Amino acid sequence: MNRFSYHRAETLADAISHLRSNPAAAIIAGGTNLVDLMKYEVERPGELVDLTRLDELRGISETPDGGMRIGALVPNSDVAYDERIAKLYPLLTHAVLAGATPQLRNAATTGGNLNQRTRCYYFNDVATPCNKREPGSGCGAIGGVNRIHAILGASDQCIATHPSDMCVALSALDATVEVAGPDGERRISFREYHRLPGDEPQRDNTLRQGEIVVAVTLAGEASYFAENYTYLKLRDRLSYAFALVSVAAALQLDGGRIAAARLALGGVSHMPWRKPDAENALVGMAAGEETFTRAADILLAGAQPHEHNAFKVDLARRAIVRALTQAAAATPQSLSDKRIA
Amino acid sequence: MSQARPGSAEIPIQITINGERRCVELQPWTTLLDLLRHDLALTGTKKGCDHGQCGACTVLIDGRRINSCLQLAVMQDGKAITTIEGIGQGSHLHPLQQAFIERDAFQCGYCTPGQICSGIALIEEGNAVTRDEIRELMSGNICRCGAYPNIVDAIQDVLVQRSGVIREAAE
Ligand SMILES: Cc1cc2nc3c(=O)[nH]c(=O)nc-3n(C[C@H](O)[C@H](O)[C@H](O)COP(=O)(O)OP(=O)(O)OC[C@H]3O[C@@H](n4cnc5c(N)ncnc54)[C@H](O)[C@@H]3O)c2cc1C
Ligand code: SF4
Ligand code: FES
Ligand code: FES
Repeated sequence: MNRFSYHRAETLADAISHLRSNPAAAIIAGGTNLVDLMKYEVERPGELVDLTRLDELRGISETPDGGMRIGALVPNSDVAYDERIAKLYPLLTHAVLAGATPQLRNAATTGGNLNQRTRCYYFNDVATPCNKREPGSGCGAIGGVNRIHAILGASDQCIATHPSDMCVALSALDATVEVAGPDGERRISFREYHRLPGDEPQRDNTLRQGEIVVAVTLAGEASYFAENYTYLKLRDRLSYAFALVSVAAALQLDGGRIAAARLALGGVSHMPWRKPDAENALVGMAAGEETFTRAADILLAGAQPHEHNAFKVDLARRAIVRALTQAAAATPQSLSDKRIA
Repeated sequence: MSQARPGSAEIPIQITINGERRCVELQPWTTLLDLLRHDLALTGTKKGCDHGQCGACTVLIDGRRINSCLQLAVMQDGKAITTIEGIGQGSHLHPLQQAFIERDAFQCGYCTPGQICSGIALIEEGNAVTRDEIRELMSGNICRCGAYPNIVDAIQDVLVQRSGVIREAAE
């Protein structure tokens, strides 16, 4: 690890002013991603601003519209085992429990989960070129080993994926990210929070210099998806591995017909992958394999696999159909019995 | 407010380790795992991967299981840490330590301190009943010797003992 100074923020304003006055400063929360990357010398902050004593970033509360607000410091475990969340947004519960391990979820925070970096091997290895780590140095994954990489929305500069499970569910549930920064507070819709790499792969998201994630909120009406949902995660081993492909599927059914639908993919792009057209193709239709396959084809249209990850296109198509089938039947993927029913 | 400039003095923190209040001064880049093993000579907690990938370094921080290799020690100011040394030693073993012996739940023993800290937390958390659930919620602890079935047996024994105790108390 590089040498750095340490500042324990006393207030949110104090944290923001430290970040603003020192561009080499980085925020630390649970540390499970940042400390890891510092050990690899991928991140070399000059100063760490410790947010963990900020009470205003803690706690899960109910909002006036019947929704929930999750503070940026709330550990992933507390999200996973909150009974109100499990009742209103079980899709989120399942996605969080599909990620990492109990020990990591105890340390990992909500804000840190949103802002975790890619698991691309080259990004994590300072001996190789990487446009995300060092803009302009090239991309080791294009033409390299790219089995885990993106098939959708990538650019000729970066084909990395966003590794989070939680974020796939938050995207599907149309969450909102509350941030605070030098210019005050603003709210960002979840789908606008992360971004595609384009020609600025060093930017994972739309957070501005000096801004801090304060909370994530879920609208009351997102709880209408609490009956028919699933989070289906496919990976190289059954636990403790990142998704090759994951699907967050949520439906509102009216008899056998689909009244509303949400569909987001993880493991395939630089951000959770959604397309309004794919969801619209489900609405008004009878729940069934034909309809589900059509939605899958729309969501995966334009997929561009690389040398080692063509399998992801087929895997994703089948996973989408399976996930929508599970959601329609109200039989979400079990978290402990790993057989896919 | 704790603050340090690179190269400047170490940062003082107060930390309770296995019930004992300690004042230590450290560089901000010291991990909790290195503080325990190097500075405090508590070598029961193991370093496997040093990257959050194996669970050998699992300790309890304010009662919650956490990978100590990814925690900066300076951020633990005011917290209570329990390591395997604080869980039981010699003839005073925790029921889960006893169950590990009875069930032959280790071979080389390198992962064992982390497995036991993790297992104790799993029992306290109360989210696992079936073997599948125990396996899933112990998946943060890798065992290269492959003692997994015996580890699950040991945890299940304690879960059953516990529910037995609760049942007796209720009667
Ligand atoms: C072995 C391993 C396996 C894992 N498996 C999975 C998995 O299967 N699925 C999954 O989803 N995740 C997985 N994770 C990742 C884990 O979920 C993240 O490391 C964790 O969520 C990051 O949260 P943190 O609080 O520890 O972040 P930190 O490490 O403290 O910070 C991470 C980044 O976020 C920034 N940050 C933190 N808080 C804020 C804030 N409030 N505002 C703005 N920026 C902020 C930091 O500056 C830093 O850049 C795994 C991690 C490990 C080590
Ligand atoms: S895919 Fe992106 S993160 Fe990976 S090496 Fe290429 S530029 Fe870097
Ligand atoms: S040493 Fe900490 S998880 Fe491996
Ligand atoms: S007993 Fe050897 S690694 Fe688990």
